[in-house]
Amino acid sequence: MVVEEPSGALRLVGLSKRFGAVTVVDRLDLTVPAGSFFALLGPSGCGKTTTLRMVAGLTEPTGGRILLGDEDITRLRPYRRPVNTVFQSYALFPHLDVFENVAFGLRRRGVPEVAGQVRRMLSLVQLDGYERHRPEQLSGGQQQRVALARALVNRPRVLLLDEPLGALDLALRRRMQGELRRLRTEVGGTFVHVTHDQEEAMTLADTVAVMNAGRVEQLGTPAELYEFPATAFVATFLGRSNLLAGTVNGRSGDDLLVEAYGRRFSVPSARSRVDSGAVLLGVRPEKVRLVGTAEQVPAGHQWLDGTVTDVGYFGVSTEYSVRTGAGVELSVFAAADGESARIPAGSPVLAHWHPRHAFLLHHDPHHCLHHCLHHDLHDDAAAAAAAAAAAVRAGRE
Amino acid sequence: MSRSGRGRVVPYLLLLPGLLWLVLFFLAPAVQLAATSLYDPAGSLTSGYAMTWSFGNYPDAVAAYGAQLGRSFGYAGLATLLALLLGYPLAYVIALRAGRWQYLLLVCVVAPMFTSFLVRTLAWKTVLSDGGAVVGLLRDLHLLAPDGRLLATPAAVVTSLTYCYLPFMVLPLYASLQRLDPRLLEAAGDLFARPAQVFRRVTLPLSMPGVVAGTLLTFIPATGDYVNAELLGTPNEYMVGNVIDAAFLVRLDYPQGAALSVLLMVAILALVIGWLRRAGPAEAG
Amino acid sequence: MGGRFGRFAAVRFGRFAADTFARFVAIGFGRFAADRLGRFVAERFGRFVADRFGRFVADHWVLAVAALVLGYLLLPVAVVAGLSFNQPSSRLSYDFAEFTLDNWRDPCAGPGMCAAVLRSVQVGFVATAVSTVLGTLMAFALVRHRFRGRAAVNVLVLAPVATPEVVLGTSLLALLVAAGIPQGFWTVVIAHVMFCVSFVVVTVRARLSGMDGRLEEAAMDLYASEWQAFRRVTLPLVLPGIAAAALLAFSLSFDDFVVTNFNSGTTVTFPMYVWGASQRGIPPQVNVVGTAMFAVALLMLAASRLGRRSTRSSRSTRSRRSTRGRR
Ligand SMILES: Nc1ncnc2c1ncn2[C@@H]1O[C@H](COP(=O)(O)OP(=O)(O)O)[C@@H](O)[C@H]1O
Ligand SMILES: [Mg+2]
Repeated sequence: MVVEEPSGALRLVGLSKRFGAVTVVDRLDLTVPAGSFFALLGPSGCGKTTTLRMVAGLTEPTGGRILLGDEDITRLRPYRRPVNTVFQSYALFPHLDVFENVAFGLRRRGVPEVAGQVRRMLSLVQLDGYERHRPEQLSGGQQQRVALARALVNRPRVLLLDEPLGALDLALRRRMQGELRRLRTEVGGTFVHVTHDQEEAMTLADTVAVMNAGRVEQLGTPAELYEFPATAFVATFLGRSNLLAGTVNGRSGDDLLVEAYGRRFSVPSARSRVDSGAVLLGVRPEKVRLVGTAEQVPAGHQWLDGTVTDVGYFGVSTEYSVRTGAGVELSVFAAADGESARIPAGSPVLAHWHPRHAFLLHHDPHHCLHHCLHHDLHDDAAAAAAAAAAAVRAGRE
Repeated sequence: MSRSGRGRVVPYLLLLPGLLWLVLFFLAPAVQLAATSLYDPAGSLTSGYAMTWSFGNYPDAVAAYGAQLGRSFGYAGLATLLALLLGYPLAYVIALRAGRWQYLLLVCVVAPMFTSFLVRTLAWKTVLSDGGAVVGLLRDLHLLAPDGRLLATPAAVVTSLTYCYLPFMVLPLYASLQRLDPRLLEAAGDLFARPAQVFRRVTLPLSMPGVVAGTLLTFIPATGDYVNAELLGTPNEYMVGNVIDAAFLVRLDYPQGAALSVLLMVAILALVIGWLRRAGPAEAG
Repeated sequence: MGGRFGRFAAVRFGRFAADTFARFVAIGFGRFAADRLGRFVAERFGRFVADRFGRFVADHWVLAVAALVLGYLLLPVAVVAGLSFNQPSSRLSYDFAEFTLDNWRDPCAGPGMCAAVLRSVQVGFVATAVSTVLGTLMAFALVRHRFRGRAAVNVLVLAPVATPEVVLGTSLLALLVAAGIPQGFWTVVIAHVMFCVSFVVVTVRARLSGMDGRLEEAAMDLYASEWQAFRRVTLPLVLPGIAAAALLAFSLSFDDFVVTNFNSGTTVTFPMYVWGASQRGIPPQVNVVGTAMFAVALLMLAASRLGRRSTRSSRSTRSRRSTRGRR
C-alpha cells in the first residue's frame, strides 16, 4: 500500500459563514498541520459541521479563505478537492451495495483496478465478505466502517469526520475510537475529526481546537488544554473546573496574589492568563483534597473550609460537593485508592490544593458562560460571604 | 449549493414545458369556457357565437337543470359518505392489522382500477339485474317488492358511484393510517383509554389528513360523473354531467353547457373550501 | 356534512354490540342462580365470559367489515371475468347464460374493438411518455429549487386533479372549437397529457422529497460532477417513482372516457368503443379485454414485489463476484 506523503497543512484564514443575519462561523483562523489527527471540539450548534462543509466545498463561505498547502481551494467545486468526508449520518448510497459504495469515488476518477483497492480497504475496516450487502442490511457500526472505507479509499489529503461515532452506543464508540487510531497510523494523511464529546477528542487527537459560538477558544494538545485552559469555557467544557471569582492585588516573586471571598490565594504567574484585575481562579476537582482539620493541610497548600453537602459514588472515584463558608460550591474528586475512608455528608472539611495546580483566567463578568455563573458572586455578596467566613473562623477558635 | 446566476434560471427551464402545457390546455380552456358561458344563446355552432356577456345564461341553466345539479351533489355526497364508512375499516385493517397480507390487500384495492372503468360499471348491470341474485335475495327478504327492481333506481347509481371512487378513499386513508406510529396507540392504551377511546382520541384525529384527502378525491369526481347515471339509471337519475354532455355533444348548446360546467366547478370549489376550513388543511398531494 | 357521524358510527356500533351481549349473558346467568352468592358468582363469571367474548367481537368486527368491503370492491371484477366466459342470450342481455371459451379464442370478434384497443394503447404510450418527462422535470424544479412563484405553480399543478373531468373536457372542447382546431388523435393526446402531468408531478415529487439530499453531496464529495451525481445517485433512486408515475399515467390515459368523449372527434379509443356499444349491445369480448387488463396489472404488481424480494435475498447471500466491469 503506497501511502502518499501528505504535503502542506490545511489552513482556514478568516473563514466566516452567515445564514441570513446569523453568523454561524465567525472569522475562524485555524491551521491543521499536515499528517495530524486534529479534533474540532465544541457544543452542538457551535458551527462545527458548517466549518467542515466549507472545507469539503458543500457550503460556500461568506468570507475568508481555505488553503491546502499553497493552493487556495476556497472556490473549488467539491469534486475537485482532494478532501473526503465521513458524513454525520453516513449518507451511504442505498441503491448500491457495499462494494459499489466504496468504489464510487475511484470510479468517478477513472482509477484503474478498482476491485483490489476496494477489497484491501474493506479488509482494513474488517468488512471482508460484505461486498454485496446493501447498507440497510448492516448494523450502525458496520455502516460507519463503510462510510470510512468509502472516504479513505480515495487517499484524501484531508479526511473530514463529522461526529462519525455520534450514532453508536458507548461500547461500540470505544471500539471504533481504537479502530480510528489504528486506521490513521495505517493510512496516514490528515484527519479532521469533529465531535462534541471531549473525551473522544482527547483520546483520539494530537491537536484539539475548542470551538464556541463560531470561534476557536483554544488550540493545543489535549494535555495543554486540560492542564492550562485559556478561557472559562474551555476550563468547564473540557473536563470540569472549580472557578473562584477574585481580584489580583499583588505579586510575590513568581506568584500572583489573588483575593477571593475574603481569602488570599497565590497562583504561579506562569499559570496565569492575566496579571491584574478581575480574575477567575481555577482548580480541577481531582486536584483538590479534603481533610478534617487545619493541621492536616500540607505545608504550602491553600484551603477553604466548608461542609460536605453531597456525595456521589462513581466506583473509580467519589465526588464530593463542598459548600464553603464563603458561600462557594466546590467539586472534589477523591480517587478510590482504598486508603481514605468515605466522608459522610454533613461533615465539616477543609478543601486544599497546591498553588501550582491552580490557574488564573480572565474574568469578564458580562461574558460569563453558564458554567461559571454560580461561581460569579457579586462584590456585595462576596464581601458578606467573607464576613461570614471570618465569623465562623472566629467562632471556632 | 445553487451557483448564483445559473442557479436562478434552472428551475424555470425545468418548469417551462410542463407549465406551458398546463397554461395552454388547462388554464386557457378554463378561460374560454367561462367566455363561452356568456355567449349569445341565440347563436349556434354553425352560424357562430357572439360574445354578448349574457349572464342570463346562468339563471336560465339553473331554472332548466337545477334538479340535475342538486342531484349531482346529493348523490356524490351520499357516495362520499358511504365510501368513508366502508373505506375506513378496510384502510384501518390494511394499515394496522394485515401484517404480511398488507401488500396483497393493497393489490386487491388497486388492481380493479386497471379493469376498464366502463366495463366494471357495466358489470353492476349484471349484478343488479332483475333476474340476478341480489334482487332475488332482497325480494325474498321483503326488502324489495316482488316486482321491485334495483336497476334504473337511485340506489343502483349510488351503489356504483360509491364503488367507482372507493379506492380513492381507501388509499389516502391507508397512507395516513400507515404513517401512524403504533406506539402511540399503545401509549394511549397505557394511559387507560379503552379501544373505542383510543380510536376516537388518537387514531381518528391523526388520520384526519387521510379523511380530508379521501373525501375530496371521492367527492369531486363523483359530482362530475355521469357514466353511472347513464348506464345504471334513467333520465330520472340524470346528474349535471349528463346534461352538460348532451348540451355539448347532442343539442350543441355551448353557452348553456358551459354555464353548467362553470356552475359545477364553482359549487365544488365553494364546498371544498368550506370542508377544508372545517376539517383543517390537508397536505396537498 | 355527515363528518361527525362518519367519525364515530363505526366504533359506536362495535361497543354497542359488545355491551349488549355482555349484559344479556350476565343477567341470564344471574336469574338462573337463586341465592345471592350464586348470583354474585354467576354475574362475575358471566361478566368475565361476556367480557372476553365482547372483546373478541370488538377486536374482530373490523376485520369482518373490511372483508365485506373488499368483496364489494372485487365483485364487479369477478363478474367481468365471469362474463368473459359467457355466451349472452341476446345482444342487450347482461345476464349469465351459457359457458363458452369463444370470447377468449376470438377476442377481436366485435367490429372495431381491437382497433379501438390499439388506438388506446397508442394514445396511452404517447401521453405517458410526454407527461412523464414534463412532470418529472417539474417535480425536480419544485423539490430542488426555491424560486419566485413556486406557490402559484403548485396550485396550477394540482388544479387539474381537483377539477371534475366534465369540466376539463368541456373547457378544452370550447377552446378547440373557438380556435377552429379539428378534434382527433392528437387532441386526445393533448388532453391526456394535461391531466396526467399533475399525477406524475405528485408521484415523482413524493419520491424525490423523500430522498436524502446529502446523498448528492456525498457523491460530489466523492468526485462526481453535478451531472454524474445526478446520473449515478439521484436518477437511480428516483427511478422507481418515475416508473410508478408512468404506470399511473398510462392507466389513467388508457381508461379515460369523459375527457376523451369531448375531444376525440371521430377517433375511437377503447372506452369510447364500450360507451358506444353499451347503447347498441355489448360484445362479450369487452369483458375479455377487461379481464386481461386486470390480469396484466396483477402480474406487474406481483413481478415488482417478487423482483424486490429476490434482489434482496440474493444480496444477503455473500456472493463474491470479483471485478465488475468499470462503467
Ligand atoms: N443551511 C442553514 N441555514 C440556516 N442555518 C443553518 C444552516 N446550517 C446550519 N445552520 C445553523 O448554524 C448553526 C451551526 O450549525 P452546525 O454547523 O450544524 O453546528 P454543529 O455541527 O456544531 O452542531 C446552528 O445553529 C444551525 O441551526
Ligand atoms: Mg454537526
